[in-house]
Amino acid sequence: MATISTTGEASIGQRITEGLFKRVLFWLIAAIIVAIIIAYQQDARVTTAVLAATLRQSIPLILGALCGLLGERSGVINIGIEGQMLLAAFIGFMVNAWTGNLLLAVIAGVLAGGLLGAFLAFMSVTLKMDQIIGGTVINILAFGLTGYFYQVGVTTAGKLLPVPLGSLAELPLVGPVLFNNPPITYFTLLLVVVIHYVLFFTRWGLRTRAVGEHPSAADTVGINVYFMRYANVTIGGAIAGLAGVFLTLEAVGSFERGMTNGRGFVALAVMIFGKWTPFGAWGAALLFGLATAMQTQLQFFDVQVPHQFIGMLPYVLTIVVLAGFGGRARPPAASGQPYETG
Amino acid sequence: MGKGRIVLEARKLTKRFPGVLANDRVDLLIHQGEILGLLGENGAGKSTLMNMLYGLYRPDDGEIWIKGEKVTLHNPRDAIDRGVGMVHQHFQLVPVMTVAENVMLGAEVIRNGRLDRREARRQVRELSQKYHLQVDPTAVVEELPVGTQQRVEIIKALYRHADILILDEPTAVLTPQEANELFQIMRELTQQGVSIIFITHKLKEVLAVADRVSVMRRGQMVGSIPTQGATEASLAEMMVGRKVILQVEKAEAQPAEVVLQVEDLTVTDQRGHRIVKGLNLEVRAGEIVGVAGVQGNGQRELVEVLTGLRPMENGRITIANQVISHSSPRKITESGVAHIPEDREKHGLVMAYSIADNMVLNRYYQFPYAHSFVLDQEAIDAQGSRLVAEYDVRTPSALTPARNLSGGNKQKVIVAREFSRPVKLLIANQPTRGIDVGSIEFIHRQIVAQRDSGVAVLLVSAELDEVLGLADRVAVMFDGRIVKVLPIAEATREKVGLLMAGSET
Repeated sequence: MATISTTGEASIGQRITEGLFKRVLFWLIAAIIVAIIIAYQQDARVTTAVLAATLRQSIPLILGALCGLLGERSGVINIGIEGQMLLAAFIGFMVNAWTGNLLLAVIAGVLAGGLLGAFLAFMSVTLKMDQIIGGTVINILAFGLTGYFYQVGVTTAGKLLPVPLGSLAELPLVGPVLFNNPPITYFTLLLVVVIHYVLFFTRWGLRTRAVGEHPSAADTVGINVYFMRYANVTIGGAIAGLAGVFLTLEAVGSFERGMTNGRGFVALAVMIFGKWTPFGAWGAALLFGLATAMQTQLQFFDVQVPHQFIGMLPYVLTIVVLAGFGGRARPPAASGQPYETG
Repeated sequence: MGKGRIVLEARKLTKRFPGVLANDRVDLLIHQGEILGLLGENGAGKSTLMNMLYGLYRPDDGEIWIKGEKVTLHNPRDAIDRGVGMVHQHFQLVPVMTVAENVMLGAEVIRNGRLDRREARRQVRELSQKYHLQVDPTAVVEELPVGTQQRVEIIKALYRHADILILDEPTAVLTPQEANELFQIMRELTQQGVSIIFITHKLKEVLAVADRVSVMRRGQMVGSIPTQGATEASLAEMMVGRKVILQVEKAEAQPAEVVLQVEDLTVTDQRGHRIVKGLNLEVRAGEIVGVAGVQGNGQRELVEVLTGLRPMENGRITIANQVISHSSPRKITESGVAHIPEDREKHGLVMAYSIADNMVLNRYYQFPYAHSFVLDQEAIDAQGSRLVAEYDVRTPSALTPARNLSGGNKQKVIVAREFSRPVKLLIANQPTRGIDVGSIEFIHRQIVAQRDSGVAVLLVSAELDEVLGLADRVAVMFDGRIVKVLPIAEATREKVGLLMAGSET
């Protein structure tokens, strides 16, 4: 035809880098598996511990990334994940302290996260505020509220305990790592699959992605852009809330000021590294989880490096990943842009 | 084409926006199987009217009747449900999704709770065969040429069982040949009972394809007439409200020495794709060379390199015997180049600055507008007032921010700035895009006057009529090269159109 499609050429170039990306990814995964097998033969106990810690550390990152990608896929950047996690962690902890009911505590935390998600949607969709500022408002709000109301000395009645999955849990290595986990961990892994399915194989997902890529295209075929954004950001907030209660009710069992410790932001890096896909985010979160687990483990060994440097590991990884991949990955086109009907 | 029953009627539709009466008691009527041309200048209210018929805007007053029923359209869905389909000027397609996904979006085919992509593809193929709209349902939209994207938009409407189709400026992005293909498709659609509202500001096209034409001016419906018996001149008069000189009056060109010489120019874009691929061009003093071509064939990049806004990769550019291949925009400006940029709001004006300040953007640092490091605001404002009067810029004062001007007046400010100093070369990129007919006439006359005073003019325009009307020689650009330069006498629409589409003749 008469026109030269420059975008067409661009996507061919993109495909080449994508092919390269896949090859690198393949070898990376292969190398990791080999490393795990070798390490397991060297020291089964430590290897199992590191891998279990990897999964444990990755859970809040996966959940945070799922929250972020639901938002961005529908066109809203959520940098308030940190705050949504933190407030949910606090609420979940307090409800547990008051009632002693773990289920009720989890629900309360998830609702708190969802509420903050809806608040972000209100600011960015209805008020059309700058979304970065909206997210920052949530972070500051959550830090302030939890810091103010937190009383030292409050203790809880227990936390969510591991549920071994029958004989699967008896398997060497994979048993203790994968099949002997507390409920939120199982649920998170299920959620990755569910969100992937919803996003790419259902009407809801097609509409969500359309709203995030080209909202006026969605609007002109009768899709309610505002509703889709509200719904996705609120559900995302609830998922971030789940990450919060994971920290207080499953991982640690207590609350501290600022205990999310930047996980909400690392989750954003995870989301970008995972190219805005649930499975990608899962893989990326495991990598970050491994870095954190190694950091903890290395501190037990007598390594001739100051522990502060080892502690930096996950954060250095964040910077490297964002500098290396952030530029190349392609975010949803309308992410961060308020939409005006008509 | 027999006149069927009335399928859509607007009665005294009124729409107000803050400070503007966009539609003032507008009546519109379309019969089944009819192509209705809707003519009007930019800002005449065509889009507002269509957006009301499509449910994107709510009318403040008046009634819409569809197929004999009075309706209230709350959103596009209401319009779609009643068989109204719209192909927007800016395509409403999600670039990263496939054709089939785009077509079904909002009316998805679902089986067992999941998208049935296979069935969607089948339906697209079926429609594409039935209406002769060639398209591959599995293709990703962003990789398709615009002509094909437009077909996807039409299929999208037909998939929703649209039998009243609104096409908003559909030919703006097409070559003359592609436009003819579209007209063929439109006629076939009406054979199958579809009614079409065809929005445009190109008179030729209305006469070529429409059965009837309705003309809007300043928010009002001026009248509806059959195209049979109508002429371009009579339609233009209805559209503008007075007699318009469509043909630019100009004497024979007197070309003199070569002013602009481009040799073997290659340019790559940010992503490393070569956009201009070995371009040669020559413009002489006292002539207008018009560059014709479909958008996206390297015209923008060519102009950006010539004005110093974009680095070149290879080649040699000489302006008045000075090599400017790697010069800064200021150096190029000072060597006697005037530039009317494609995007007046982005590259032409500082919107927050006053008209007067904008008028001296190319020389504010020189005497008499500056004394060493200090601006002489009085001298600047005086110059502004003088040019506002001379170039007939409609504004309360020269101190008004440029933002407040209409498109035509913004363009006049740029023209005033660029023409109010002696230049050797004028580079005009889309000088009349989106402005009213009065301003177009004015700017065309100014360009011809520059030529007659011995300036070399390079005119780049997506409007083939503008190129053919103004140029003394026509350079056809395709795929980053000038494929042919024709003297105006030999440049027929057909010949240029074929060259624009890349076929050598």
